[in-house]
Amino acid sequence: MKWLSDGKLNHLRTIVNDPDFSSTKYTFIKELGRGGMGTVYLAEDRELNRLVAVKVLNAPEVTEDVRRRMIREAQIIAGLEHPGIVPVHDVGTLPDGQVFYAMKFVRGSRLDEYAAQGASLRDRMRKFQAVCDAVAFAHAHGVIHRDLKPQNIMIGSFGEVLVLDWGVAKVRPQMNADEHRSIRVHARQSASNQTMDGTVIGTRDYMSPEQARGEVDRIDERADVYSLGAVLHFLLAGQGSKTAKAICLKAMAQVTESRYASASELSADIGRLLDAEPVLAYRENTFERVSRWVGKNRFLVLLILAYLLMRIFLIFTSRP
Amino acid sequence: MSKPLIGVILGAVLGAIDGLTAWFTPAVRDQLGGIVVGSTIKGIIAGIAIGFFAKKFHSLPIGILFGVIIGAFLAFLVALMQGGYYLEIVLPGTIVGLIVGFATQKYGKSPAPANS
Repeated sequence: MKWLSDGKLNHLRTIVNDPDFSSTKYTFIKELGRGGMGTVYLAEDRELNRLVAVKVLNAPEVTEDVRRRMIREAQIIAGLEHPGIVPVHDVGTLPDGQVFYAMKFVRGSRLDEYAAQGASLRDRMRKFQAVCDAVAFAHAHGVIHRDLKPQNIMIGSFGEVLVLDWGVAKVRPQMNADEHRSIRVHARQSASNQTMDGTVIGTRDYMSPEQARGEVDRIDERADVYSLGAVLHFLLAGQGSKTAKAICLKAMAQVTESRYASASELSADIGRLLDAEPVLAYRENTFERVSRWVGKNRFLVLLILAYLLMRIFLIFTSRP
Repeated sequence: MSKPLIGVILGAVLGAIDGLTAWFTPAVRDQLGGIVVGSTIKGIIAGIAIGFFAKKFHSLPIGILFGVIIGAFLAFLVALMQGGYYLEIVLPGTIVGLIVGFATQKYGKSPAPANS
């Protein structure tokens, strides 16, 4: 009897776990990451000669419900055409019945890795604002992400920001007919919202209290606002001004009504913070208002000070 | 606020401050009222010119240069009329022009592009 070496055995184990792309136009390259619902692989699109990220279900048995969930996720993302949302190129079924969808392969780093690489606070805030804008776009189309966290946000090699993993997204039923058509989510799915009351989905550290309690009916845009606040908290990492911390606290308010009403409102406040304008989340006193104005108009203040100094100098030097 | 208005306000305020400093020169203290009014008018004229320039040309260095030239030129005219105090009048006038040139380029609304 001939024994297999450990190396060969490991290789066989890996091959068995790899998806079978033989009937598709994709060539498997390597695994990129594994999530709760699916595994993302790097593959080559042989027809278009480009790299793509292919998400394949993890489930050992593909039930109709799981299949529908996966297709629904692909349809949701495909319906959200925005520079901050990763585009879906294709959806299909593998020979073993597993559903997959191919999306843009984003070269870059995850938001947590990007923050760890020593990006300045201002840069981190700018990226965060871009995340808010992408989420606001999804909200405007009736889609709530429900699992926003730094690991689900990619910063591309050109600084572009992309929100990923819409696997547990909720589609609000009050969308208008056109939006329904554009997202093409099956009516049965949106009515059930894919999650029964009491089911907790998302990531604990970034999850709103109502989401953590499994109150699915109470989950709206403000649940994502809470998660965005938690992402901001992560990005601030103890740094940041009182104003930045106030924005974070408002976004992460335990009471839903005390939060920003929408991601775009949060984004606007971040914009105001970056432009040294007063923010909604923080009522500043006169001294803080003056300091902010001086900080914003530093050069003008320096010029006026230089002028006054020169005036004083002339007064004393021109005296007889 | 429009750029010419910023120019007028800043020019008037700095011009008035400029004039008020004449109080520290005992020889001209009795003419303080006239100096303040003249200096304020000079500041307003400089502010209008620099403000309208900023409305037409959006360039910080060129705006500052224009402010410096206008400020220096108007101050020089005043010094010429006074028959002296060139340094005391031209230097602050030039810096006022510089400040107004900077402020009008940096702040204030630019006119919206015309619809074609």
